[in-house]
Amino acid sequence: MNAEIVAKLEDHITKEILKQPERKLNPQEALISSGVIDSFSLVDLSLFVEDTWNVLIDDTELNAETFDTLAQLAALIERRMD
Amino acid sequence: MKQTFSSVLLKHYHETPEKIALTLLHAGEGDVPVSYGELVERSSAFSAALEAAGIQPGEVVILIQQHGLDLVNAYFGVILHGAIPSIMPFLTEKLLPERYRAGMKSLVSISKPAAIITYADFEDEVRSALIEGDSVRAVIVAEEVSGDALVDLEALGGLQRAPQDVVLLQHSSGSTGLQKGVALSHQAVFNQLASYQLALALQEEDVIVSWLPLYHDMGLIAGFLMPLLSGIPLVLMSPFDWVRAPYRLMQAVSKYKGTLSWLPNFAYNFCAKKVRDRHLADVDLSSWRAVINCSEPMRWDSQQAFLDRFQDFGFREEALATCYAMAENVFAVTQGGITAPVKYDDIDREIFQTEGKAVAAMDGKPSLRMVSAGKPIRNVEVKIVTAVGEALPERQVGEIALRSDCMLTGYFHREDITEEAFIDGWFLTGDYGYLADGEVYISGRKKDLIIVGGKNVYPQDIEEIVNGVPGVHPGRVVAFGVFNEDAGTEEVAVVAEIDDPADKDQVADAVRKAVAHGSAVVLRYVHLVDGQWLVKTSSGKIARSANKDKFLAEITPS
Repeated sequence: MNAEIVAKLEDHITKEILKQPERKLNPQEALISSGVIDSFSLVDLSLFVEDTWNVLIDDTELNAETFDTLAQLAALIERRMD
Repeated sequence: MKQTFSSVLLKHYHETPEKIALTLLHAGEGDVPVSYGELVERSSAFSAALEAAGIQPGEVVILIQQHGLDLVNAYFGVILHGAIPSIMPFLTEKLLPERYRAGMKSLVSISKPAAIITYADFEDEVRSALIEGDSVRAVIVAEEVSGDALVDLEALGGLQRAPQDVVLLQHSSGSTGLQKGVALSHQAVFNQLASYQLALALQEEDVIVSWLPLYHDMGLIAGFLMPLLSGIPLVLMSPFDWVRAPYRLMQAVSKYKGTLSWLPNFAYNFCAKKVRDRHLADVDLSSWRAVINCSEPMRWDSQQAFLDRFQDFGFREEALATCYAMAENVFAVTQGGITAPVKYDDIDREIFQTEGKAVAAMDGKPSLRMVSAGKPIRNVEVKIVTAVGEALPERQVGEIALRSDCMLTGYFHREDITEEAFIDGWFLTGDYGYLADGEVYISGRKKDLIIVGGKNVYPQDIEEIVNGVPGVHPGRVVAFGVFNEDAGTEEVAVVAEIDDPADKDQVADAVRKAVAHGSAVVLRYVHLVDGQWLVKTSSGKIARSANKDKFLAEITPS
C-alpha cells in the first residue's frame, strides 16, 4: 500500500468532499457502500485522481465493486500509474 | 372517444408500431431503441402477470426497480392492466434494512398496494419487509415475467378505465413523503399535457433527452409520460450514470439532436464544473432549444455558469428556460424562456427582506437578482395570498395559490390533508413568491421542506433518524436546509443537543453514519450543542427557522 497516495487521497476527501478537515479516514474504511462519499462526489474524486496521478477511472468504475476503501483506491492508482 | 393512458398507448401501437418510442442509454452498453410495438407487447406481459396474480384494475401496484427497460415495461404493464402504478423512490444499497422496512411500512400502510413488482436481487429484501395481514397479495419478479406472453390487447383492463379514474400515484422519499401519495387522474394528466405542449410549442421534430429519475414529477411527466403519450421521441438515461458522468447528457443531446431537457438548478453547476473538454470532442449542443430549470430554487449564476461552459459547444443563450412545477398540478404551473428570453428582476434586497415587497433595485444599494419562472400555462391560474387567503397586489410577497384543470384527485387515502391543502378551490402550494407583469417569481418556502439536488427531503424524517442515535438527547434535534452558492442547491444541516460534551466527535460520526444509511441524503453540517441551546416556540415546539438563524449566526465568522 502506498502511504503517500493514501495520505493525498485522505486529505482531498476530508477537506474537499466531506468538508471536515479534522476527520480521519481509516484506509480500510468503506467509503462508497457506507454512504460516507455520496454519489455526487464520485465524479469529483475521479477528476482529482486524474489531475494528481494522471490515472483515468472510467465512470462505469465509480462504484463499490471497483474500490470501496482508500487502500483499494490507492492500489488501483498504483496499478495504473505509468 | 374518451382518452385514457391505455387507449392512447394502443393508438400508437396500431398506427405506428415501428416508430421508436424511446431509446434507453446505459453506460458501457449499446443504446437500446424500443418501438411502440415492442413497448406495448412487452408491457402487456406484465399486465398478464398481474392478471394471473389476481390483481384487479383500480388496485395499487408499487414498483421497486432499478432504472431500465424492465421498469418502463412494468410501469405501462400496470397501466394497461388498469391498475395504479407508483414507483417507490429509489432505495440505495447503502440503506439500512430497518430503515428500508420502515419506508415500506409507511408506503404500504397508506397506499395499500395489492402487488409489488421488483427485481430478482431485491426480492428477498421486499418479502422480508412485508408484514402478515397487510394488503400485498403478490410479489412479482420482473425477470420472471415472460416477454412472449400472448395477450389479447383489446381485452386489457386498462381500456375499461374512465378518464376521471386515478391513473398513477407519486410519492417523494422518506416516511413523510411515502405517506403522502399524489393521486392523478387520466384526465388531469391529459389536461396538463395539452396545456404544457402549447407552452413549450412542442412539435413532432422535438427530441426529449432526460436522465431524471422516474419517481419524481419532473422525470415522470416531462421526461417520460409526456413524450411517450404524445409520440415525441425520448432518449432516456439513467440518473445513476448521469451523476457519475454528467458529460453523457451532452453526448446524448449531440448524438440524438436533442431539443428539450429539464434539469434541477444544481445540475447547471454540476455540469459546468464536472465536464472535461476531452469529453466534449465533436459535441454539438446547437439542437437544444430549451434546457428548463425546474424543481428547486433557480439561480441566475447557475444558468450563467452553464452558458459560459457550453456556449463554445453550440449551446445557445436563448435555450435557457425556467419552469415552476409540482406533482399536485401534475407538473408545470408556469413556463418561461420558450417564446421570449427568461426575465430577470433586480430588486432591492433590504425592502424585500424587511417588507416582503419586490421593488426595483436602486443605485448603490444591495440588490437581488430574481429569476422569473415564466407565466402560468393555459388553464392554470396563479394568485398570491396572505395567511388567511386574501389576494395580494403585484410585487407583494405571499403564498402562491393555484387553480387549474389538472389538479390532483387527492392525496391517496388522505382526505384529511387533501382538504387542508385547499381554500375555496385554490390549492395552497406552501411556496412564497410574487407576481410582476404576469410573471411568477418564487422567493421562498413556507413549508419546512428541504430540496437537495431537486429531491424533496422532509426535515422530520432526518430528525427522527438522528433522535435514535445514542448520546443525542431525544427530542432535541432540528434539521434544515442551508443554501450552498457553489453547488447551486441546499445542503442539510442538523443541530442536536447531546448529553455529554466529551462524546462530541463520536456522536457526530454516528449521526452522519445514521443519516447516510437511513435516508437519501448526506449531511453537510452536524452541529452538536449543550442542553438548552435549541430555540423553542411558545407552545414548546422546536422552531426550525429560528434555530437555523441561530446556527447560521454561530457558524458565520463575525
